[in-house]
Amino acid sequence: MIWSKNETLSRAEIEKIQLERLIETINRVYEKVAPYREKMDKAGVKPTDIKSLQDLSKLPFVTKQDLRDNYPYGLFAVPTNEIVRIHASSGTTGKPTVVGYTQKDLEVWTECVSRIACMGGAKKEDIAQICFGYGMFTGALGLHYGLEKIGASIVPSSTGNSEKQIMYMKDFGTTLLVATPSYALRLAEVAREIGVDPKKDLKVKIGLVGSELLTDAMRQEMYKAWGEDMLVTSNYGMSELMGPGVSGECEYLDGMHINEDFFIPEIINPETGEVLPEGEKGELVITCISKEALPLIRYRTKDITRLIYEPCKCGRTFVRMENLSGRSDDMLKIRGVNVFPSQIEEVILSFSELGPHYEIIVEREGYNDKLSIRVELVSSTDSFAVLENLSKKVRNKLKTILGLDCKVMLESPNTLQRFEGKAKRIRDLRSK
Amino acid sequence: MVAKQLSVFIENRQGRLGEVLAVLKENGVNILSLSLADTTEYGLLRLIVNDSQLGKEMLSKEGFSTIVSDVLVVKIDHKCGSLQGLLTILSKENINVEYMYGLSLDGDQASVVIKTSHPEKAMEILKAQKISTLTNEDLKDM
Repeated sequence: MIWSKNETLSRAEIEKIQLERLIETINRVYEKVAPYREKMDKAGVKPTDIKSLQDLSKLPFVTKQDLRDNYPYGLFAVPTNEIVRIHASSGTTGKPTVVGYTQKDLEVWTECVSRIACMGGAKKEDIAQICFGYGMFTGALGLHYGLEKIGASIVPSSTGNSEKQIMYMKDFGTTLLVATPSYALRLAEVAREIGVDPKKDLKVKIGLVGSELLTDAMRQEMYKAWGEDMLVTSNYGMSELMGPGVSGECEYLDGMHINEDFFIPEIINPETGEVLPEGEKGELVITCISKEALPLIRYRTKDITRLIYEPCKCGRTFVRMENLSGRSDDMLKIRGVNVFPSQIEEVILSFSELGPHYEIIVEREGYNDKLSIRVELVSSTDSFAVLENLSKKVRNKLKTILGLDCKVMLESPNTLQRFEGKAKRIRDLRSK
Repeated sequence: MVAKQLSVFIENRQGRLGEVLAVLKENGVNILSLSLADTTEYGLLRLIVNDSQLGKEMLSKEGFSTIVSDVLVVKIDHKCGSLQGLLTILSKENINVEYMYGLSLDGDQASVVIKTSHPEKAMEILKAQKISTLTNEDLKDM
């Protein structure tokens, strides 16, 4: 089902809405947000210079650092009495980034999430269990209101206590699961540990996964764990932009449709900042054109993707962004080679002898970077030859894909740490 | 009848072997013989126990990677040259020995656990030579 008629507008109609809303937003932020005014003045751009969508590229970028520099409310475009909700990012380094919403912002957010939930197959009849952590993180509440608006029954089980999660699924008849891909796999693992077969004993047929990369290999693991007939779609967003709901995959699983009436995407070269031609891969930059409280202009997401403008079989006309190939800040530089954790994941998941959990360790030995990958052995053997051969095959495949030699460390099943939120797969020990 | 060997994958980490043994102890699985071999990163613990199936189930439940495979437990006299004689017989028939270790018996009898390329065929050869082997049933009572 297509939730909004806006999702099928013609390109000309979409662009008309985008330009109107862009001009309105730029005028508003220039007037109301001092740091924006300073940035634009410094770049020599006035709101009146923005006459077409192409003029967007004249505007300066906004980064996470700008949010930190103006902590907590410095980039808000409304007085705090109009703010009805505040969320914050986890902020692993230093202060968190704070985001605010007006009443209208919450309505837009709900609308965006309802759309992406429908793309992912959600219906009024669904019993939707939300296994994202409730709290300052936008994921849980975003999906919560969007799914509730559709009419689904929400089970706000949050994260943690995985055995109880399985009990809810079984007893409440959960049909739709919201989680990170790694937690969804963990839940299937826990179910089996307590004698519940996710394929036979549970009714979960829809997986709306987000907040983490969903690689093709990870999607295959989801099918293996939850059943071949599950519809697993990824969706995308970040708290700075709103939360989940920026884009989502439809049933054709060929890229995530961006809610273009609320967000304008661009792809830039992350090193030069130059806008790249249609179809090229680079860093995604998003401009919010309908937000009242925190309308970020040309926000650098650090996510690497490309845009697909060809029409989708589902009938939606909104541009699609390819499933992420990594984050420019997740990218590891090892011995001068760029390595994305997703490349390593693809290799690991291509071996049926290995489980889907892994850890990447980067150390420095003298002047050399050393890459080690810890993986779990899920097959069994009584032969060293088999184990050595497996390590060698994994190592060779990684070498082909990454162009780097690494050490492969086999571990027993269930020894690597499991995560309920975003999985932390990298231990970079080089700075210490 | 061949005998069953229980193998457990263990990463080289302090206390890991102890965890395996604790699981076996708690479930009353008695170890008759073992061989522990290692590389720099991991080891394989191979065990002859009185109930390999129970051992496997309990260890798998605790998250260990385990497997039960076919081996020969061959009785030999406790005297010089008997093992050599046994290996000559197998070698003549092109049976390759992958690894082996001892299993002590009462009195002047000994036995060896042998993993071969072709356990069933090796069994036939030993039978024809009237060399006795221990079966899973024998191990159960030990």
